[in-house]
Amino acid sequence: MRRSLFRAPFLPYLLVAPQLLLTLVFFYWPALQGIYQSFLIQDPFGLRTSFAGLANFASVLGDPLYGNALRVTVLFSGAVVAGAMLLGLVLAAAAAQPLRGVQVYRTLLVWPYAVAPAVAAALWLFLAHPSVGIVGRALVRSGVGWDYTLNGSHALLLVVVASVWSRVAYNFVFFLAGLQSIPSSLHEAAQVDGATWFQSFRQVTLPLLAPTTFFLLVVNALYALFDTFAVIHALTKGGPGKATETLIYKVYVDGVVNLNLGSSSAQSVILLVLAVVLTSFQFRFLERRVHYA
Amino acid sequence: MSRLNRGAVCAAAVALLLVLGAAAGRAQAPRVQVEFWHALRGPLGEALESIVSGFNASQANYRVNATFKGSYPETMVAAIAAFRAGNAPHIVQMFEVGTATMMAARGAIKPVYELMQETRTPFDPSVYLPAVRGYYSTPDGRMVSMPFNSSTPVLWYNKDAFRRAGLNPERPPRTWAELREAAQRIRASNAAPCGWSTAWPTWIHFENFGAIHDVPFATRANGFDGTDAQLLVNAPLYVRHLENIVQMQREGLFKYGGRDAAGDALGPSGECAMLTASSALFARYQREARFEWGVGFLPYYDDVKGAPKNSIIGGASLWVMTSPRRTPEEYKAVAEFFRYLSSPEVSAKWHMETGYIPITFTAIQRARALGYYQRNPWAEIPIQQLTRTRPTANSKGIRLGNMPEIRTILYEEVERALQGQQSPKAALDAAVRRGNEVLRQFQRTAGR
Repeated sequence: MRRSLFRAPFLPYLLVAPQLLLTLVFFYWPALQGIYQSFLIQDPFGLRTSFAGLANFASVLGDPLYGNALRVTVLFSGAVVAGAMLLGLVLAAAAAQPLRGVQVYRTLLVWPYAVAPAVAAALWLFLAHPSVGIVGRALVRSGVGWDYTLNGSHALLLVVVASVWSRVAYNFVFFLAGLQSIPSSLHEAAQVDGATWFQSFRQVTLPLLAPTTFFLLVVNALYALFDTFAVIHALTKGGPGKATETLIYKVYVDGVVNLNLGSSSAQSVILLVLAVVLTSFQFRFLERRVHYA
Repeated sequence: MSRLNRGAVCAAAVALLLVLGAAAGRAQAPRVQVEFWHALRGPLGEALESIVSGFNASQANYRVNATFKGSYPETMVAAIAAFRAGNAPHIVQMFEVGTATMMAARGAIKPVYELMQETRTPFDPSVYLPAVRGYYSTPDGRMVSMPFNSSTPVLWYNKDAFRRAGLNPERPPRTWAELREAAQRIRASNAAPCGWSTAWPTWIHFENFGAIHDVPFATRANGFDGTDAQLLVNAPLYVRHLENIVQMQREGLFKYGGRDAAGDALGPSGECAMLTASSALFARYQREARFEWGVGFLPYYDDVKGAPKNSIIGGASLWVMTSPRRTPEEYKAVAEFFRYLSSPEVSAKWHMETGYIPITFTAIQRARALGYYQRNPWAEIPIQQLTRTRPTANSKGIRLGNMPEIRTILYEEVERALQGQQSPKAALDAAVRRGNEVLRQFQRTAGR
């Protein structure tokens, strides 16, 4: 392998500088600010500041409502990751078959990814609202006591479904690409050995899809944890009660709505640590089982 | 194009730009610019911007630039962030529950009474309705922010549904017992799919409920007298009212419409025959309702001594923000703009165009002179409700820090009571316990 394509020593740095600068300004600087704020007690305007030590962390971790948010997050993220990946895989497996008009199906299945989360949430609102939504009204008329504005389980179900729907298309694209890169000779060889469709799927397709699956697992977990804010904000605002308040939504509520910057920053720092731990855990323990072809 | 031609064109373009620049410079230079951030969208935002351009056209020295910054909480956060960056707007519109937070931010705001004194601007606070003035004044009566868009909750009802249910359409229920009876008749005759719902559950059924029945929402005169106030919303009368609401929900007479303004939709759509909501819902009823509607006073419990007192306002007021680089001319510009806003013509126009209540006595006189109340008899009901008694310590308003968070806590606990997960008494006890923690936290950061 050649060591360098560039003769001038500074050109590579110059080329990555814009990206580095963006990362510094939009990630490292706010993150450091957040860590600094998490040790302070301050009024919203920054007029009076006092050093709090670990008091913000202690009050967050001692708060039963934080435990509730953690519980909601685990439930919500688990359901979103499982639902979005399973559906994506099933649809990709179906669309990978040689069918008439398969391009049309594929295009249609990718479309939802182009819908912004807030817009997607608005669409779901018009479907599911018990008094203005089409599906919601039908449910109420048919005797199901559907009301996600007041029933916590209904609300959680709704934000899970909406988040899964926004994410399926992304998973579909990756699974489809993964499926198409599996050489058909392997399936043919399995067929010659007398494998059924299911056996061939389990023993040939799934192992070869492992890198894709692993990548999607990491990305979907991060999506469920951090990127579902818009859906929750537009649909339930964390309610009813605190039934759909995830950790990331609580950061927003405490910081932006309640203007409690110290507590909100402490929660962000905890989330940051959580994200690092989760990702490194996934890479250390799950990646070992992944076979990169 | 030849080289000569190109050169000539360039020269002409440069010359034109210089001329235009000079003209623009001459026209704009002397005007003092004032940044005004607001939170009103749609028709309300348009009405506000037409007032601003009216001010800009009325004189040649100042120019107010109105900018829409999102919802009230978003505007508040934007203003706070701008202040921290040393770029605060001159004027920011802030919802009424942000009042205590803003007042505690001495150094970030300039109280209106101080602004008017320093700039020697003639200004008479006594033209404002007491219920409006009191909400935005210090306990000793000095006005801190500029009242602007105010409303008060009333009972909206569907006269057609009342007729179908055999109720007198010209006589809306006065008391909660009568409202319950009316809801029963409406449901029994199926005159509407839902008897009664409410928007703004905390503002109407706690803050205004306390004012109308003259019971405190919190100690220390609802927080006016100090940041060491404690919530009192688990007092027997509040528990009784929540029990009544939960009971009506069980009997299918009441339908929960959600937090804040979410319940608004249930009235104009015709789903609920009665809706307790803001008087500013007028625009929606007028545009959307396919039936004859009416307005009544907010119901009360007639066995409570002294009830009904005046209701309290909601909406927003305008705050003057400071910044390291402010000049006296800029403050003078703000003061002149405020004087323009409080003139009878402008505030009456605002009232009649938007459905917000007129906030000054002079605006009421002006609207009456124009025959507005003859054409819209309902529009006098919110005014009468606000002015029917002198504000008491319990009906002056709420002055609690982090009030938006306290409202959220009340929503959460009340929603759990409506879901049957806890009794009304337990819900309000929990709200008081959690709310007091929030108040103590505010007390710490407010440094008093």
